[in-house]
Amino acid sequence: MKATFSGLILVLALSGPAAAPAAAHHGAASFDTTMEVTLKGTVTEWTWFNPHCFLKFDVKAEDGTVKSWAVEAGNPTDMTKRGWSRNSFKKGDEVSVTLQPVKTGAPVGRIRSVMLADGREFK
Amino acid sequence: MRGHIWMSLRLLTVAAGASLLLQGPLQAQQDWNVPGATNAQLKAPPTGAAPRRDLTGIWDAGGAGIGGSGQADEREKARAPFTPLGEEMYRQNKPGNGPRMAAVAEINDPLSTIGDPSGFPRLLTFELRPFQVVHTPNQVLMLYMFEKRWRVIWTDGRPLPKEPDPRWYGYSVGRWEDDTTFVVETVGLDDRTWVDNSGYPHSTSLRVVERYQRISQNTLELTVTIDDPLVYTKPWMARNKLPLKLLPAGTDLMEMIPSASEAQAYTRTISSQTK
Repeated sequence: MKATFSGLILVLALSGPAAAPAAAHHGAASFDTTMEVTLKGTVTEWTWFNPHCFLKFDVKAEDGTVKSWAVEAGNPTDMTKRGWSRNSFKKGDEVSVTLQPVKTGAPVGRIRSVMLADGREFK
Repeated sequence: MRGHIWMSLRLLTVAAGASLLLQGPLQAQQDWNVPGATNAQLKAPPTGAAPRRDLTGIWDAGGAGIGGSGQADEREKARAPFTPLGEEMYRQNKPGNGPRMAAVAEINDPLSTIGDPSGFPRLLTFELRPFQVVHTPNQVLMLYMFEKRWRVIWTDGRPLPKEPDPRWYGYSVGRWEDDTTFVVETVGLDDRTWVDNSGYPHSTSLRVVERYQRISQNTLELTVTIDDPLVYTKPWMARNKLPLKLLPAGTDLMEMIPSASEAQAYTRTISSQTK
């Protein structure tokens, strides 16, 4: 099955057991772990907080409408071990975010990876 | 008089220099804001003879000490059956991990949702991040990276308090069972905290025994026994010989503080949107 959302790049994949950046304080009950979606957007906020860092970004659809997403990563300590930092992203960065969305359909999810326009990738 | 002061200062300077020279090999390992042991450090085999009656140093269990995955399955298997009261208390808790893992928006974990202290013994079962052990003449101090908490373990021979006023981290006394085994008993624990991230409850009658066995210079094993007859039908082990590795003495640990304001921001931004 290949799902399609207007204006979004969709990648359908079965999520394997590979470690996700978000794991620490809760499990995956709220997330659709069978699907990974890749969205291109513009960073509005990167928050380096416990229990989870989170990235907010806007995705512009073909019809010009904008949807604001919020996606969580792990906590700052664990993300540091993965090479992420408080300064990994800044407002205005163009990003390609691969995520597992929540089951409710809200524009919320958990990050699997983020690629910046210069090719740097955070996993 | 003045000359005497200068002489003392010179001696101090020489002593400080000698101290730094003695620590020479550590200089290259000094670093700031370290998140914990590297995989290489965690995989290092036990080496060197254990010193006598000494736990001094910074210790880390790596992933096995952390989060929902930190030996949660082993703990589930080890857990004793609940008493009827324990069953009811467990039913009230909606944890983020374990057999009764709840959806994010339903979690009522007092630590992650409202910023309550982790409390004890959860500090040993959920987020056992690196911690430093310091010996004083009458105490062993444990300084934890997670929450930036400390515990005072009295080693002056005092008995545990009778009918203590409950505290988040209880009242602890310790003794050396032999030259490499330090045993800590803790009572007087606040029952608002959980035993671990799976939402296992406890009462104020909980008694926790920690056994720190230093099996070599660089390896320490931790066993934690939960004894709460109001909640569990028999004692059980929440940690069973969890291996901890000694980190370089120059390791400066990160802060990892689950603040209430950050918990609120997460609830507002993420978890409230998952309903």
